[in-house]
Amino acid sequence: MKISARRLETATIFDVSGDIDLASSPEIRKMILRELRESRTSKVMVNLTEVRYIDSSGVASFLEALKASRDCGSRLILFGLGPGTREVFQLSRLLKIFEIYDGEDQALGS
Amino acid sequence: MGFSARDCRSVTRAVDEALTNIIRHTYHGRPEQPIEVACRRVRARVDGRRREGLEIVLTDYGAAVDPKTMRGRSLNEIRPGGLGLHYIRQSMDAMEYKRIDRTNQLRLVKYLLPEDSNRVQ
Repeated sequence: MKISARRLETATIFDVSGDIDLASSPEIRKMILRELRESRTSKVMVNLTEVRYIDSSGVASFLEALKASRDCGSRLILFGLGPGTREVFQLSRLLKIFEIYDGEDQALGS
Repeated sequence: MGFSARDCRSVTRAVDEALTNIIRHTYHGRPEQPIEVACRRVRARVDGRRREGLEIVLTDYGAAVDPKTMRGRSLNEIRPGGLGLHYIRQSMDAMEYKRIDRTNQLRLVKYLLPEDSNRVQ
């Protein structure tokens, strides 16, 4: 799993690629929580276009990040969910809980 | 075996979640603990129809699991944790736990849909 950050004027975008699982989800969790709590970024977006696989530990990390974003008054936005990633969020009944967009432009413009 | 791409993802997800549960809850994160995974084709009568499927048995050597902890939780609560069992039950057609000779055995089965049986392998 690889994760990198792009800081734009209105948002920070985390680009994630590979598999989000038991081994890699702690790093994602740490980076997003740090951005929300320490940098106090008002809009944090996560690009999941290159994510091949996500498991329950990955979803749990995003749920923690969502809670942290609400506590900070920030927005956490996910975009670029592939079929497998979308299925996992659907199984967890979280598609309507998270702000989810198809592409980066839509997410930025939201 | 001819499973659809979606069903392949389901099986992968179920096995991954089962392994995670063994690592986290049975072995408490201790490294280098043995987990055996055995796969085989099976045939069974399901809802009155003969079906072909994939059986996966995961065996660990940890302490006995309390079957009550394998029920999963309600999804009405939005919180991290407890999703793995839900994914396994949603992804597979059968899930059975047994304690045999100081081992925990989790048996998972996914059946081919009738239209998958005609898929070129």
